[in-house]
Amino acid sequence: MAKVTGRGIAAVNYPTGMNLGGDPTIALIHASTSGVFNISISSVELGQGLKTVLAQIGAEALGVPLETVVLHNDDADTGPYCTGTFASRTTHRAGNAIIAAAEEARGVMLEEAAELLAVEPGELATDGQGNIVVRSTKQSITVAEVCSSAHFVHGRNISGRGIFFRAKSPVDPDTGAMDPDSTEAHACTVAEVEVETETGQVRVLRLTSAYEVGRALNPRLVHGQIVGGAWMGVSHTLYETTAPYYPLIDHAPESFSEYLMPGPAESPVIEAEVLGIPSSNGPYGQKGVGEMTANSPIPAIVNAIYDAIGVRFYELPVTPEKVLRALEERRQSATLEPATAGR
Amino acid sequence: MNEGNVRVPAGDGPVGASVEQRDSRWHVSGHTIYVDDVILPGMAHMVLARSPFPHARIRRIDLTDAQKVPGFVRALTAADVPKNIYTILGLIGFGLDEERALADERVRYVGEPIVAIIADTRVAASEAAKLVRIDYEELPAVFDVEEALAPGAPAVTEWGINAFNFDGRPFRQVRFGDADAAMKGADHVVEGRYQMSPIEHAPVETTGCVVRPEPDGRFTVWSNTQALNMSLDLTAHILQIPTRRLHFIGGTVGGGFGGKVDGMVEPLATLGAWLTGRPVKYVYSRDEEMIVSSTRNGVRIYMTDGVTNDGLIVARKVRSYIDCGAYSRHTPYAVQKHAANLAGPYFIPNAAFDIYCVYTNRQPSSAMRGFGVTEASFAMEVQMDRIAELTGLDPWTVRFRNAYHDGDLRPHRKPVEDATLIEAMQAAARLVGHRLAPELLAMSSKPREV
Amino acid sequence: MTESITVRFVVNGVETTVFADPLTSLQTVLRDQLLLTGTKAGCRQGGCGSCSVLVDGRLELACLRPIAEVEGRRVETIEGLSAGESLHPIQTAFVENFALQCGFCTPGMVMATKALLAENAQPTKDEVIVALSGNICRCTGYEPILAAVEVAASRLADGAQTGASRERR
Repeated sequence: MAKVTGRGIAAVNYPTGMNLGGDPTIALIHASTSGVFNISISSVELGQGLKTVLAQIGAEALGVPLETVVLHNDDADTGPYCTGTFASRTTHRAGNAIIAAAEEARGVMLEEAAELLAVEPGELATDGQGNIVVRSTKQSITVAEVCSSAHFVHGRNISGRGIFFRAKSPVDPDTGAMDPDSTEAHACTVAEVEVETETGQVRVLRLTSAYEVGRALNPRLVHGQIVGGAWMGVSHTLYETTAPYYPLIDHAPESFSEYLMPGPAESPVIEAEVLGIPSSNGPYGQKGVGEMTANSPIPAIVNAIYDAIGVRFYELPVTPEKVLRALEERRQSATLEPATAGR
Repeated sequence: MNEGNVRVPAGDGPVGASVEQRDSRWHVSGHTIYVDDVILPGMAHMVLARSPFPHARIRRIDLTDAQKVPGFVRALTAADVPKNIYTILGLIGFGLDEERALADERVRYVGEPIVAIIADTRVAASEAAKLVRIDYEELPAVFDVEEALAPGAPAVTEWGINAFNFDGRPFRQVRFGDADAAMKGADHVVEGRYQMSPIEHAPVETTGCVVRPEPDGRFTVWSNTQALNMSLDLTAHILQIPTRRLHFIGGTVGGGFGGKVDGMVEPLATLGAWLTGRPVKYVYSRDEEMIVSSTRNGVRIYMTDGVTNDGLIVARKVRSYIDCGAYSRHTPYAVQKHAANLAGPYFIPNAAFDIYCVYTNRQPSSAMRGFGVTEASFAMEVQMDRIAELTGLDPWTVRFRNAYHDGDLRPHRKPVEDATLIEAMQAAARLVGHRLAPELLAMSSKPREV
Repeated sequence: MTESITVRFVVNGVETTVFADPLTSLQTVLRDQLLLTGTKAGCRQGGCGSCSVLVDGRLELACLRPIAEVEGRRVETIEGLSAGESLHPIQTAFVENFALQCGFCTPGMVMATKALLAENAQPTKDEVIVALSGNICRCTGYEPILAAVEVAASRLADGAQTGASRERR
């Protein structure tokens, strides 16, 4: 009985956006009389932090404090169209739409401020603290005052509209030529595993990765995707299946006692560095990250198992049963032939 | 069409900061309203009677015993559905009108919905659903993708061939350069057969919705769909009502991972609310979520690489079988995404890919985190290590040598943009203390010098 | 179907009476009758822990507990830990450590943490893992949850205010 360790690597890309495009997202922004900015969208939050990061983008693009931005995404009557949350598309599309809407709203806001301060809009800056400042003189006025004045003095509408849309790409039926995605994120994962040869159990000890995501708009949320995705990658590689004897449908799990996933005791140490090399078209250079994080660990673990025990697995999940059968098979063929040189 | 907004954030502004999640105080206090937390006066519950067989004809449906269960309100069958075609991709002109909202004469997977029972309580609806008596004539079933494509296989589809049609072919093809010639000229050929298992999304919150009929003819639908507008459009289409009659509310989901994009529950629940005049809740039980709700595709990939002695992949031929189960749903989309990512982050000058969407008598697959790409990355990264072993290179070197650069053409003929694989690998190597050779450290993703 | 019975028990400090079939789960009574929907229904199979509550201070799965057996007992749900903006230190630790994403498992995780720390104020990492091993999270990979529990433990040990109203419904 032995515990054998091994290391393996994997390097992957992941595309941002609904494949082939044709997936619009629209955002609307309007200001209240007292400087609260409402962003209306129909993009769905799954827990990845969409509402948070989109509010951050809106506040940054408007040049106003984050706490004055309210985001609504819960009503398809009042929220404009969004194709949906999938394909690592949403922050990219909705973020870009919000920036476009914010530009328009901000333009009207600065026009109003310029009139109040008797300057040209181009002379103004926002300080992100709720003030609009004349760059040269430091004279300032609050965003709240400007919004009130726009409503009640000059009749300006501080609001904006934005859309992000990539026209749907055709696919050439003979060559497969197509334009499928907006940008690519990349990752490299190194997995360290320990295989217990008597039980067939594989333990992932550590996953060390570099994730290149364009720009981490909210580092803790990116980290959340990295850790959650890595855990799901481990789960895919070693535990989960709806068809334990695929392609047969027998023994399909019906509960969590049959559909196994690793618990906190089985989770590896996860270390990751996030690189930000801005994309050519994401909001502030962002690239989608939610799916890639589950992909790179999977082959890294399989490659690490090979490094540990010299058995390469081609079918997932790599369960203890599969490991034991493979080790047994190798033992049997070794008894029939002289041992070959190591792998 | 706009090109996006690549700006630089202020640095001290919100972008780039680890701002607290907007929902977190709601979530930790149990204050968030998820779909199953919507409880309305007079609300009825919907539970489905489903096929126990992977393939069968429906001969007779008898509701007599179900109707006797105390609390029984109404049963819906295929005849009640105004347009009994479920068509998630059909809305965008891509998929097929092949699946029913409620099965009429044939069922093609264990769990396929046949009768929707509405009752005063969830327990009563479950009881009644169990008492729906259906006479079936079992049919031969097929579960293996290659068997399903062989002549004489049981026909899962109506048109007899168990493959989705892509522009006149039973597969999507990519052809770039001359893979056959390049393969012949290669120093080594590496072949592999890779198999990814179907996976259940298993969000802790199951799929579901609540629908309330309003006095003005509208329906308010609380849904945990990942796509509010697509689910709305699909519901309108199946019920043959104008979209203005549907008011979808949602946007906060207890885990999705791609499993809540199919829009399976809203059409039937809305129909139930319409026909009973009562609010209807239709939320999957956990076993339904596991057995019935869509899964990640099982994918079988045959990948053959022609490799030089220096470890460069000069040709890649792939035949992939993506198991869509009984109905194609989003899988044709996955086929195209898979096709676009079979060279991964590498430059491969000659490629021939044939990717099938294959029908079997299994619970239908649909979108899941990494859709179409997870399996491609798995196959090619295991294959990469085999290439390394074969050519005597270490696993890092072989990947650096094949990594794509900005401007390289990918097999689907799109030039690479925003390439950063090399930089990601350099960072990972540094993190684990692996010393890369100087020429690898000197590499970058910038366009190759001609 | 059995005859419904009256069951009297205390929920978050409030004396409560319900009328239900004796086998109805505590989970169903809490959610459908008392509208305390913070206790979730992730599986109704005892497998996910999202319905975790405290009964007489002990961590229990509300989906597996028939209401008849709750007679005379003291039940605590997630709603009992906070009042308005004022959060329990465990809740604050979860928020600050990003120990949640979709939030669906979170009430159960918080209740499991409360049960643990009431019994063991300075748990080791392994003890935390065991205490939370009945709660499934599909989003976070558990790491930030374990970190949050550690932070909560040290804050409570330092005498952080719990301040939760016991009158809240």
